Amino acid sequence: MSAKLTVVRSGALTTVQDSGRHGHAHLGVPRSGSLDAPAMTLANRLLGNDPGAAVLETTLTGCALRPDRGVTVVVGGAPCPVTVDGRPVAWGAPVRVPADAVLNVGTATAGVRSYVAVAGGIATEPVLGSRSTDLLSGLGPAPVRDGDVLPLGAPARQPALPFAAPWPAPPAALVLPLRPGPRADWFTPAALRTLTSATYRVSPHSNRIGLRTEGPALERRSAGELPSEGMVLGAVQVPPDGRPVVFLHDHPTTGGYPVIGVVVETALARAAQACAGTPVRFTPG
Amino acid sequence: MTEGRLLQVRPAGRHALLVQLPDAERTAAFHAELLRRRAAGTLPPVAEIVPGARTVLLDGVPDPGELARRLADWDVPPRAADDGGVVEIHVRYDGPDLAGVAALWGIGPDEVAATHSSYTYRVAFCGFAPGFGYLTGLPPHLHVPRRDTPRTRVPAGAVALAGPYSAVYPRATPGGWQLIGTMPDPAPLWDLTRDEPALLTPGTRVRFVPEGGAT
Repeated sequence: MSAKLTVVRSGALTTVQDSGRHGHAHLGVPRSGSLDAPAMTLANRLLGNDPGAAVLETTLTGCALRPDRGVTVVVGGAPCPVTVDGRPVAWGAPVRVPADAVLNVGTATAGVRSYVAVAGGIATEPVLGSRSTDLLSGLGPAPVRDGDVLPLGAPARQPALPFAAPWPAPPAALVLPLRPGPRADWFTPAALRTLTSATYRVSPHSNRIGLRTEGPALERRSAGELPSEGMVLGAVQVPPDGRPVVFLHDHPTTGGYPVIGVVVETALARAAQACAGTPVRFTPG
Repeated sequence: MTEGRLLQVRPAGRHALLVQLPDAERTAAFHAELLRRRAAGTLPPVAEIVPGARTVLLDGVPDPGELARRLADWDVPPRAADDGGVVEIHVRYDGPDLAGVAALWGIGPDEVAATHSSYTYRVAFCGFAPGFGYLTGLPPHLHVPRRDTPRTRVPAGAVALAGPYSAVYPRATPGGWQLIGTMPDPAPLWDLTRDEPALLTPGTRVRFVPEGGAT
């Protein structure tokens, strides 16, 4: 029997995430997976896990977990206070949690999403090759709730060598390099200039589907409806209100609003850690 | 002009191309050609092939520029009408919008079943929800608008129309399409116990079979 984690406090939104569900976009299945993939990968590496082993992704308010036997964990991503049975322990480094002790992942002091990796990984049942919770279409495990019991995999026999991990600080200002297209020609030249010169702010309505922004509306050349077409991760879709939305991992696979440009994928981890109100600039990428 | 020159390739970030075609028929033909070449092992690496109404998205492409140059030389044969597998979907034509659709079509409500089921459809693309297929095949004079007010809940198995498309809802969701019938057992539309969870994959042909007692 391998170890289990009981969810003592689920927090605002805590989901199981791994490297995502690939190869099914043509069936309407979003990729999902950790929004801050480098944070997940680093936390897993510090434990000797597979880099894409399933972890818990929290949102702003952390979570609390109780293992039924001693486990090693890493809490990374958004910085936050971490305690074991009330005693402060390290953030961003391996921590031993004894059997029946409570690991508390506190409210983020910066950033949005903390990642809780456990040696052996979260071992919920995979769906289409992934354990990720997909909030758009409901595939994978539901967001965790108080009292849920999560199975764990077997830890690696040889734990990773300890090393000083460089955790990037959450962004005080978000710079998103963007390439125009595929529907940049649906917008006025002024809209394209506005997009790369104005400062937007992260909207509090952002979620795992998209980073919504507040700022000047982008004007289209003409009204008209775009026939549904495939959407990529990082697509900057412009709905009728004119405010750009950057598609994150739970984005719909097809959509009918024009995409003015695509943010380079390596910038999306920073977007996932940008709190509401963070200034956003789109730059030519 | 060859089919290849009708392709318009648009950039979609560093690792994707959006290929636009003049109409749904040529989009289906291009999509079929992509699948043929992938099966034959002659397609460069592409992680996701996602058809849309007039486009096919090629995502997870290591060198989009190189692929775009190759696509320019493609000769895409038209799609044969009997190409691809056929799925039969049994329908009770009992939807709440049946009378409204009949009025738009200028026929009696009892004639909707015979009319709708007289065509062979094809899954043009998926989206909205896993296993939700957009089916083309209705002639233009039978296209109907979406409802002015979407329903907050459309039941699983609802057979629905909007614009040029027919669809069957794989599960209960909000929806704005006109509901003309019910697939009595919608579970096969999305079944994770199968290797291919979606019944209606892009390219599949579909026939609707009216069930007794509908009209």
